[in-house]
Amino acid sequence: MARAVSTSRKATVTVIAWAIGIAIFFPILWTILTSFKTEAEAIASPPSFLFFDWTLENYAEVQERSNYLRHFLNSVIISFGSTIIGLLIAIPAAWSMAFVPGKRTKDVLMWMLSTKMLPPVGVLIPIYLIFRDTGLLDTRTGLVIVLTLINLPIIIWMLFTYFREIPGEILEAARMDGATLRDEIIHVLTPMAVPGIASTLLLNIILAWNEAFWTLNLTAAKAAPLTAFIASYSSPEGLFYAKLSAASTMAIAPILVIGWFSQKQLVRGLTFGAVK
Amino acid sequence: MGQITLREVVKKFGDVTVIPSIDLDINDGEFVVFVGPSGCGKSTLLRLIAGLEDVSGGRIEIDGRDATTVPPAKRGLAMVFQSYALYPHMSVRKNIAFPLKMAGMDRTESDRRVDSAAKALNLADYLDRKPGQLSGGQRQRVAIGRAIVREPAAFLFDEPLSNLDAALRVSMRLEISELHQNLKTTMIYVTHDQVEAMTLADKIVVLNAGRIEQVGSPLDLYRAPKNLFVAGFIGSPKMNLIGGAEAEKQGAKTIGVRPEHLSLSTESGLWPGSVGVSEHLGSDTFLYIQAEGIGDITVRADGEYPVRHGDKVWISPEEGKLHRFNADGTAI
Repeated sequence: MARAVSTSRKATVTVIAWAIGIAIFFPILWTILTSFKTEAEAIASPPSFLFFDWTLENYAEVQERSNYLRHFLNSVIISFGSTIIGLLIAIPAAWSMAFVPGKRTKDVLMWMLSTKMLPPVGVLIPIYLIFRDTGLLDTRTGLVIVLTLINLPIIIWMLFTYFREIPGEILEAARMDGATLRDEIIHVLTPMAVPGIASTLLLNIILAWNEAFWTLNLTAAKAAPLTAFIASYSSPEGLFYAKLSAASTMAIAPILVIGWFSQKQLVRGLTFGAVK
Repeated sequence: MGQITLREVVKKFGDVTVIPSIDLDINDGEFVVFVGPSGCGKSTLLRLIAGLEDVSGGRIEIDGRDATTVPPAKRGLAMVFQSYALYPHMSVRKNIAFPLKMAGMDRTESDRRVDSAAKALNLADYLDRKPGQLSGGQRQRVAIGRAIVREPAAFLFDEPLSNLDAALRVSMRLEISELHQNLKTTMIYVTHDQVEAMTLADKIVVLNAGRIEQVGSPLDLYRAPKNLFVAGFIGSPKMNLIGGAEAEKQGAKTIGVRPEHLSLSTESGLWPGSVGVSEHLGSDTFLYIQAEGIGDITVRADGEYPVRHGDKVWISPEEGKLHRFNADGTAI
């Protein structure tokens, strides 16, 4: 039975939702605000929230001290590269597991997920040594390979749950309707799978964009993406909060914009299969 | 044309034999219903005819030609699925037109056929909607529309009404029946609901554990069930089956009599008993009677039959309406 939601109940839920939303967003907001403060104001106690001398000097200095565009380009290449290669491997893999499951399909899926349970630092040294010996250290290629491998289980799992939601009867109906395998793929499968593939793509780009452990450990200067760019502003002494914030803001801005415009797609991707 | 012949058709899934061997003739224009309990192989048989499953042995002929290895698209059959299986990303118009598009039909002819099917199925106002915006009955009509436009040799229905509510099921049943009257195309219809089977079929095929128990017109099966399984499956409420001494008196292992073929009396009769539960349906009353030395007997009586719980009554089977079965369950 549907229950009428009382106004006070609705108000309470709204307040709680806003409180949680603001709590989650606050660190990002604070970073952005700090990036417009002087270093002295950035560490002032009590901190000023909006009433300080707004300045752009941090951005100017960050831009002067390091090449934002090069880091940005590295981030783009690494996140898009690893995601696209990952999808190329994952689509057929998830496809076959969803539509032609075998006896061991579940085990394979669990095994893939289990690789995510290993702390990355556990394999850092072997991978570092392999990369050193093969000349992949501090190369974009090396990072694309690592991030592809790191995120592959998640991509396969996401796509698998998507593909499994496509009912087999629809494919049979298409076959009865005279569709060849090619027609089936073009007219029925692809249109039904594209939303799933798109949200997997988006989520994975964000994951790869924000990945810090491997990008920090396997790069030095040439292939360093924006995560390394941010980290370079953290120093053991001196005042750096405002500059660090400016660098962070510059690093997260592109992905924040993408995320903002695609949030509908993303939410659908994350909750797909959970709600009907 | 739509004549379908099955010869010694066998289906195995791995080591499990689902259909041991089936021979069946379906004539052009016939409405054939496959009926049986869950897991009896009726859907599998339909899917074999459709070509969605490969046979493990035997032959399937459509209009005299061997279609055993012909892919589903080339068999000239249209199927309506239980889940409707509509293409969710296409409008109703595109859904119905899809088989025509696949056949490479030109736009004007395709539009003409879609419009006439939509009109016949009361879908004309919904052609631009997506399946998600339709009710269950409308979706089922779209699925039927998609099947009609192809003008197939035969229609295959796989439990098409089981996802609908009771009232809608009755009206869709009538629509399908009307459709058959108008098109006169062969239809094969799978259901586990014996009421659907009785009301729709020209010919009922009763299946049990992958075997055909009996083939015949609804009334044939009702009047002369070949064995205990068919006797118990066809008819509602179920036939009363009585064993023991009463059966032996009739020279049988089991005797059966339908609830509507029992007469009730408060004074005298063959079997005495007392009234248990009575279900008043308005037009009929179903009385569950504990007959002495026999067990529970269901009787279909008039709507307002004046008995109460615990009343003593006598029941007697009508002349010539007693079915007798021997030890292996076949009718004598």
